[in-house]
Amino acid sequence: MNYAWNWSVLFQAPYLGWLGQGIAMTMMVSIAAWIIALTLGTLIGILHSGASGALRLVTGCYINVFRNVPLLLQMFLWFFVVPELLPKAAGTWLKRDLPHPEVVTAIVALGLFTASRVAVQVAAGIAAVPRGQSMAAYASGLSTLQRYKLVLLPQAFRIVVPPMTSEFLTIFKNSSIALSIGVYELTAQTQQIQSFTYQGFEAFTAATVTYMTIALIVTALMTVIERRIAIAGPLARG
Amino acid sequence: MIRIEGLSKSYGDLPVLRNCSLEVGRGEVVVICGPSGSGKSTFVKCMNGIEPVQAGRITIDGEVLPSKPAAAARIRSRVGMVFQHFELYPHLTVMENICLAQIHVLKRGRGEAEAKARALLRRVGLADKESAYPTQLSGGQQQRIAIVRALAMDPIAMLFDEPTSALDPEMIGEVLAVMLELAREGMTMIVVTHEMGFAKAAAGRIVFMDHGEIVEVAETQHFFAQPSSERARLFLSRILAH
Repeated sequence: MNYAWNWSVLFQAPYLGWLGQGIAMTMMVSIAAWIIALTLGTLIGILHSGASGALRLVTGCYINVFRNVPLLLQMFLWFFVVPELLPKAAGTWLKRDLPHPEVVTAIVALGLFTASRVAVQVAAGIAAVPRGQSMAAYASGLSTLQRYKLVLLPQAFRIVVPPMTSEFLTIFKNSSIALSIGVYELTAQTQQIQSFTYQGFEAFTAATVTYMTIALIVTALMTVIERRIAIAGPLARG
Repeated sequence: MIRIEGLSKSYGDLPVLRNCSLEVGRGEVVVICGPSGSGKSTFVKCMNGIEPVQAGRITIDGEVLPSKPAAAARIRSRVGMVFQHFELYPHLTVMENICLAQIHVLKRGRGEAEAKARALLRRVGLADKESAYPTQLSGGQQQRIAIVRALAMDPIAMLFDEPTSALDPEMIGEVLAVMLELAREGMTMIVVTHEMGFAKAAAGRIVFMDHGEIVEVAETQHFFAQPSSERARLFLSRILAH
């Protein structure tokens, strides 16, 4: 292979700035989408675990639609199709007046997609709490709301921390799909550096190392959380 | 105190309770026994409405229990329940376990709830365990705490669903001792158990169930001396043989 390595491009203006902006955008899109995913996904997961048939149906539809359509297609749908389906004024506002429509769309699309996955985890976590716990809560006269808040959710959240870690990691990686609707996040910026300098190896190496660093930091953070909330002794009982 | 009339329940096509009726008076101790699968656990869980039923009426202290589980919360809080697998909340300490419903259902202040919990913990000999987590305790200790958790609500009656079945043999005694003391103090108790020693010592009447039916209700002495049904005779000969 005949390749002229030049790592210094990464530290030159304007490329260093591009990298920095890319990292900032990736973090911003991912964390904003995670907040949506965690809030909405938890709510949907709780409702999905409940006894009400109508609610199960509605939340089940949400989960099936958002979990089974490819994220890339969802981004396109939100960006190109949804504004056309809305009333004219709202569509125009989305396309013309909303600041940074591609960033907002990416956050919403990634957030709603990940929410469906979070919902499945939360519902599974609630289902994993032994049935007797619900009975004990019922027997003591706690209301349904109290039963969830005081007994089921504190245990379910502990159960789902490991799969949540993996969802949180995935959202950073999935944020790279936002480049397809024009968001200048980390992958897009490194692609741009490659087109300007032809130093693709260096640029993509930088992106790779950055994604991995973010992942390791998130994993470390979640491990700390997991330890903090661990229940003395094993949760599972005979 | 507790009146059950014509209780029937089935899981799909499978009937688990058929037309069961029972009346338990204030201060009475009733033991429910029978072979496994006879519906006795389900029966006791229906009594405070945590298992929905298809037919029948339950009256507790003059109030009819609503058929929807959620609607029965207030009446249910007046009846204590102890489960086979203890069902202490594993994410809470012993003290928090005992105070949870006191604070959130009875709206007691934390100080009052904790004082109540400490007094009861002393009575069952577990005063030093208030800040432990359930999984750090033995089965016998967990079950005694589950009894304390139920008693802290000042129940008008206590339901026990096989309280010693999940315990190692050496721990059964400590739980039965607490239950015996309760019975002597005049607590209204309905107990599903295989512990015939406890039944003889504490129960006024024995309810014998088989295949979802109440086959026989008899005075304790009478039941053990000469049960009137063939099925009860067979059951007794099996469990008293060893």
